[in-house]
Amino acid sequence: MDQRDASVPTISRIGPFRAWVTTFGALIGSGFRRYSTYRQATIAGTFTNIVFGFLRCYVLLAVAAEAVGQRPAGYGAEQLATYVWVGQGLLSVIGIWGWTELADRIRSGDIAADLLRPIGPVTGYLAADLGRALYAMLTRFAPPLLAGALFFPLHTPQRWQTVPLFALSVLLAVIICFGCRYVVNASAYWLQDARGPIMLWTLGSGVLGGLYFPLRLLPAEFVVVLWAATPLPSLLQTPLDVIAERDGPALQAGLVAVQVGWAVLILALAALVQRRAERRLVVQGG
Amino acid sequence: MGDWRPYSALAAAQFRSAVAYRVSFMVELFGNVGATVFDVLTVLVLFRATPAVGGFSLREAVLIVGLSSAGFALADFLVGNVDRLKNYVRAGTLDAVLVRPLAALPQLLLMDIPVRKALRVVFGFVVLGLAVAANDIDWTAARVLLVVLTPLAATVFFGSIFVLSASLAFWWVDSGEIGAAFTYGGRDFTSYPISVYGGWFRNLFAYALGFGFVAYQPALALLGRPDPLGLPAWAGFLSPLVAAVAAAIAAGVWRAGIRQYRSTGS
Repeated sequence: MDQRDASVPTISRIGPFRAWVTTFGALIGSGFRRYSTYRQATIAGTFTNIVFGFLRCYVLLAVAAEAVGQRPAGYGAEQLATYVWVGQGLLSVIGIWGWTELADRIRSGDIAADLLRPIGPVTGYLAADLGRALYAMLTRFAPPLLAGALFFPLHTPQRWQTVPLFALSVLLAVIICFGCRYVVNASAYWLQDARGPIMLWTLGSGVLGGLYFPLRLLPAEFVVVLWAATPLPSLLQTPLDVIAERDGPALQAGLVAVQVGWAVLILALAALVQRRAERRLVVQGG
Repeated sequence: MGDWRPYSALAAAQFRSAVAYRVSFMVELFGNVGATVFDVLTVLVLFRATPAVGGFSLREAVLIVGLSSAGFALADFLVGNVDRLKNYVRAGTLDAVLVRPLAALPQLLLMDIPVRKALRVVFGFVVLGLAVAANDIDWTAARVLLVVLTPLAATVFFGSIFVLSASLAFWWVDSGEIGAAFTYGGRDFTSYPISVYGGWFRNLFAYALGFGFVAYQPALALLGRPDPLGLPAWAGFLSPLVAAVAAAIAAGVWRAGIRQYRSTGS
């Protein structure tokens, strides 16, 4: 693994770092192009995101209307609306659901072809996933946000650092989500059939990631444990709290710092799992 | 339908393949319950922050979510798998189904029997039972009939929605997640008192598409509460009628879809 990180053997005069960047960039581009061919699915998915945005937004606003002080869990009505609509936009950017490619390839034995490539599978799939996220950011993020802004008053960021912090937070969330999905999918190396772990992931990441309701509605101690001990709140809750300005500037930046920690940790874990798997792998198929 | 034996053979084969990977099967069984558990938990979490949502207390809201999730879980168990139709249409595997001398819809449903969803049905009905017990319902013969009929009508209704949104694939193969807006979206819509939704969105989902009659109106009739939105008390008894209409439309659209299906032809 250590010698194979996205460095293609090359006879050109450009250095190994530039070769690495070029390869990584090319892989990002290929991920982008791959997903940009599914145009009708993009439209269908956007429509569904918007319908769920209406459902969640109305319910949370009804909660806010009758809550004590009209600020459930410290969110004002406009912050809740922002939370819901930005969340619907981010859903497919983060890409919590539906990625079983690695598990399928392990099951079918196609993973053997990935292992022959001069780039480690973690790096290769990460680049492709960044390309996918970039395409989703350009196409799937704005429409739900526009629909939300059209029908509900949204919270406009008050601090200059909120938008750049949000952009960083989204990038980190994409990396963390990729790492989690990679580890979950990689369980197929040991189980052959990763349906079970993938299902647990789908379940846990939606609820404990902050999609169904803001996690701050849960008891405070529980939320702190969740944030520190699991990467799940770093998937959606953190970027959404950052853009809704739920917390003061210090905590806002602190939550993104927690994300940095998780991103490093989860990528290291994915690489470790991959190394262990390669040592015991028996490729499926004849 | 005719002879049932080919169907039971299909079902038995699918059951055996589903339980072949035992650990995965158990995880899936409990994971599926988890999905419904979290739906109910979400309602409880929201009520931590507020004493009432849309003018309804926690007990009343749980009755609504109980009616909705019992009906949805049963419909999802029986016909939810039809949403794989788009994969069969894209891959052309629907041809294999159509050339057999059996009806297409039951075969499709049995091509992947969702044993894993069984526990979820049990949970949905347990929640409904607890909700009925927790509310102080003034029992009359009509209300007993209503509490039995409503989950069944909800099952037929959600089942029709599943078939309708799957049929979309006959005309639009890449319809992707659009069906989920009405199946899972419909479940989410019916899980709350419809008084929380605003203007045209509520009119569209509750009255034009009929989701308001799945759980909300029957719950009002069970509780003996007047509808804050102004529908008369007997509207709670309309759910079987609405379900029948939905089923008729779904059957018509399904037949039209099968007729106009052209194979991928490769």
